[in-house]
Amino acid sequence: MIKVSKLIHDYIQRDEDGNPSGTIRAIDDVSLDVKPGQFIAILGHNGSGKSTLAKHLNALLFPTEGAVWINGLDTRDQQYLWEIRQTAGMVFQNPDNQIIGQVVEEDVGFGPENMGVPTEEIWERVEESLKAVGMYEYRKKSPNRLSGGQKQRVSIAGVIAMHPRCIVMDEPTAMLDPSGRADVIRAALTLNKGEGITIILITHYMEEAIQADRIFVMDRGRIAMQGSPREIFSRVEEMQELHLDVPQVTLLAHTLRSRGVDIPEGILTSEELARAICPDAK
Amino acid sequence: MFKDITLGQYYQTDSLLHRLDPRVKLVGTLVYIISLFVVDSFTGYIIAGIFLAAMIVLSNVPVGYIVRGMRAILILLLITMSFNLFLTPGQVIFRIGFLKITREGLAFAIKMAIRLSLLVIGSSLMTLTTTPNQLTDAIESLLGPLKRFRVPVHEIAMMMSIALRFIPILMEETDKIMKAQIARGADFESRNLIKKMKSLVPLLVPLFISAFRRANDLAMAMEARCYRGGAGRTKMKPLVYLGRDRAAYLTLFIYFAVCVAVRVLPLPF
Repeated sequence: MIKVSKLIHDYIQRDEDGNPSGTIRAIDDVSLDVKPGQFIAILGHNGSGKSTLAKHLNALLFPTEGAVWINGLDTRDQQYLWEIRQTAGMVFQNPDNQIIGQVVEEDVGFGPENMGVPTEEIWERVEESLKAVGMYEYRKKSPNRLSGGQKQRVSIAGVIAMHPRCIVMDEPTAMLDPSGRADVIRAALTLNKGEGITIILITHYMEEAIQADRIFVMDRGRIAMQGSPREIFSRVEEMQELHLDVPQVTLLAHTLRSRGVDIPEGILTSEELARAICPDAK
Repeated sequence: MFKDITLGQYYQTDSLLHRLDPRVKLVGTLVYIISLFVVDSFTGYIIAGIFLAAMIVLSNVPVGYIVRGMRAILILLLITMSFNLFLTPGQVIFRIGFLKITREGLAFAIKMAIRLSLLVIGSSLMTLTTTPNQLTDAIESLLGPLKRFRVPVHEIAMMMSIALRFIPILMEETDKIMKAQIARGADFESRNLIKKMKSLVPLLVPLFISAFRRANDLAMAMEARCYRGGAGRTKMKPLVYLGRDRAAYLTLFIYFAVCVAVRVLPLPF
């Protein structure tokens, strides 16, 4: 579905006169492979290059070196630009800055309008997309009256309406309150499990990454760790060296284990921990 | 508080006038304004008044609501009236000190007042029954032929509708920045004009930076959703003329013809 091969991305720095004065390597030799239908989480602290990577997946940025293929299409080939952007939809961090329409349904229709979808089909797509994220009742509302989590779900609906195979979410929950966060993640999971849409979730919140099939941890433009959530979160010290947390339950289990309690490494939920400590309890 | 702001002054209800194609309403308003300058007699104003009254009835907008909107131009109205009243030369019918009212002045002032009131009510009736969004669509569609002369009609309409979408957001942001600056001791209450201007700097600079950042984000989001200008774009809500819109155009034509007739034909009054 997505194949990134030896990707390098340099940002050009400019001095006050606008002359190039140097480059910053935001992505340094990243390769990864995502299969259709996977739920991928990308973790990393600020400046680790994860947002830059996300923009490559939507052909908003182009490789300095290396290549990115989306569904077999090379992002360097301008001829496939719109097809790639349609195949890999993108949800951004700030919900206010990505809603274009003044009415919810009009915003969801924006993508299909740009693609030249006939009017009747736009309406069908808008309806099914809004239902998929549970925002159908709000279709006549102004986006300004919605909560952050609702706006972000509208943004997701706007992407689904373009019928993408893959959705890249660049910290979609960073500006939301806990309940909005839960709603957005639930919507993402439903799309992944129900519709088989590949999800790439870039996030700061470790709890959101637990549900992923696979996690990539980025640090200074490189992929520092990769593996299943259980594998990644077993390596507590390594994660802390990268200035990343592990879920609190995992940390607790890890500390207990290091003090001699006999429980396995890589516990992800409180239920698991309870069972590990007290196997006989119901 | 800014979330509830209504731009223009759209009055939410359902009526024939609300359902009309926005293009008809835009053209209609223009024709109506022109007609007010075509007619020049009380008969003409009565016709224009009846036409407007009929439209108000059709619009379902409460008369009180419309009259309240008139308050804004009351002062303007009074000033124009008094100028016409006192400064028009002619047959004097009334005198207080150095002020004199002439017969011509009185007639002229009344005509002016009627014309101005009808004009304001007529155009506000359009904004009351049409959302800013529909208006943008109508402008895009009506200016469509200009595309041939390389006028970026679609882009202008897109800018208008994005501006409309971001006005409440930026107002909220202004409010936030203002509170943040007040918390740090900024004084926005000063009556001194120069001080007041100076106090706007710490408000406008962050606001502009934020607006540019938003614009950048929005452009990226639009590109990510395959936006590439107006070419090859379909419409979710295309404007289509229905029977009622054609009927409205016909009504408009008849009204305008009557107005012209009143002006041209020699009437006894």
